[in-house]
Amino acid sequence: MYTQGLSNPDAPAPAKAVEDAGLAARFQDRVDAEERIEANDWMPEAYRRTLTRQISQHAHSEIIGMLPEGNWVTRAPTLRRKATLLAKVQDEAGHGLYLYAAAETLGRSREEMFDDLLSGKAKYSSIFNYPTLTWADMGAIGWLVDGAAIMNQIPLCRCSYGPYARAMIRVCKEESFHQRQGYEIMVALCRGTPEQKAMAQDALDRWYWPCLMMFGPPDGDSTHSDQSTRWKIKRFSNDELRQKFLDALVPQAEYLGLTLPDPGLRFEPGAGDAVKDGAMKDGVRGHWRHGPINWDEFRQVLAGNGPCNRERISARRRAHKDGAWVREAAAAYAAKQAKQKRAA
Amino acid sequence: MATTSIQVNETPLVLYLLRRADDALILGHRLSEWIGLGPILEEEMALGNIGLDLIGQARSLYAYAAEAEAAGNDEDKFAYLRDAPQYRNLLLAEQPNGDFGQTMVRQLFYSAFADLYWRAMTESHDATLAAIAAKSEKESAYHLRHSSEWVIRLGDGTEESHARVQEAVDLLWPYTGEMFECDATERTLVDGRTIIDPATLRDAWDHTINAVLSRATLTRPKNPWMQGGGRAGRHSEHLGHLLSTMQHVQRTYPGAAW
Repeated sequence: MYTQGLSNPDAPAPAKAVEDAGLAARFQDRVDAEERIEANDWMPEAYRRTLTRQISQHAHSEIIGMLPEGNWVTRAPTLRRKATLLAKVQDEAGHGLYLYAAAETLGRSREEMFDDLLSGKAKYSSIFNYPTLTWADMGAIGWLVDGAAIMNQIPLCRCSYGPYARAMIRVCKEESFHQRQGYEIMVALCRGTPEQKAMAQDALDRWYWPCLMMFGPPDGDSTHSDQSTRWKIKRFSNDELRQKFLDALVPQAEYLGLTLPDPGLRFEPGAGDAVKDGAMKDGVRGHWRHGPINWDEFRQVLAGNGPCNRERISARRRAHKDGAWVREAAAAYAAKQAKQKRAA
Repeated sequence: MATTSIQVNETPLVLYLLRRADDALILGHRLSEWIGLGPILEEEMALGNIGLDLIGQARSLYAYAAEAEAAGNDEDKFAYLRDAPQYRNLLLAEQPNGDFGQTMVRQLFYSAFADLYWRAMTESHDATLAAIAAKSEKESAYHLRHSSEWVIRLGDGTEESHARVQEAVDLLWPYTGEMFECDATERTLVDGRTIIDPATLRDAWDHTINAVLSRATLTRPKNPWMQGGGRAGRHSEHLGHLLSTMQHVQRTYPGAAW
């Protein structure tokens, strides 16, 4: 009932013009003062739309993201790996649920958002349009994909919109656990047989570039960034986050004895790199620089031409269709129960 | 040469533990096949949860079997390096998921038994088994509640859901008798009060199932014929396929550590 109450079809007017300038100024003051905006507070329509889009895309990504990993649950090589992978995929379903709930506070129902996913209207993270071909992909996804997601998501714990920020606190805790889990899979493979190590290297070769792309287009090309930054939805630019990710990634790959598939990768020393005590301050530390990213691949995957775009959506559509009779039965049963209760 | 299959010294206790562990693992594996296919997100989580509980129960039981056998086997060797005839699970556990209704009926039949079974087993004179039972009993009670609620909802839902779930009840009914079997091997453990005789739970199970079927407006099948063989390693055609998926990585890279 709650969601239906919120999904009033004539509620969100695209009426930028009628918004009260005073309310808008007060809203921005609150954001600037790092206050949290709550569901019942006044907010600009564009803020509401931006957040609804971002949070629901995030939820969709969790739901679609269950599929590539679900692909290996039945083939996990030990019972411990099977249990932890199943628990991880279950966490992702949980993240999807919190995030849909957070997005619902902005006025759109979960059903409407989910329909947008199934119809192809709504986007989800392109990374899940790549296939999981070996067990090592479970390691690489945890280490790289969850690692990249954490870089993106930690700043969202301070997002100006309260329900999203609070959901992200829990999501991030679980994600960092998932990342360690993935890295641990990689460690086991890299300490294993030559075949296992080759499997780990192959997974890294396939996931490295798509993970760098996860942060989105270079800063100059990103369409949503400026306004989101003013609204304190976004705290760091795409390139800044990509840089943090890469700087963390390089020593991790080195520890595993794996090679990043990036011939252009190089270290650019900072002013403080001559200091040997390791106590360098920000700004003086050097950075790892990646080679050129193939943005055409990114655009192709975004446009629906990734290796698994069609499979991922059709899997979700099929599940939804196959489950229709179950949902109908549950609704019919609930209606009967309610009727009996009224009669009693 | 790395091992690709193991031999198990099936003392009565080891055989018993493998049987119960295999029930939990195979059913847990079946539930894990639901990932990404559930009718609603909450149910994907619930099926995953029940699957995780069962895999956890299997691991405790395998660990105890390894300790009791003391022959260098462990949970993963039991799970990944035995072929279908060495598996000792109930035929019910290996039956395919079918539609959501079929999965819930299978769960109801099993959980209505497991709930009673593990509760009774908390009285085992074997302290390890009593401890495993105490944990499993709590989990099974939840599994029973969840699957009963769904069978009732589906049975008393729409015409279509009623027909589907009745078909599932009829299909799976012949696999319920095996749960109550107690062969000569297990009899020795019953006599030592290590385990209970599952036949003693029959009336209570009937009572639970009759109550759920009645609320669900479903009919209890009349045919008394029951299938068996799982406890002795004679399975349905389905188990081999399940194992070929589950054991694929271990068998492709023998002896590797994961």
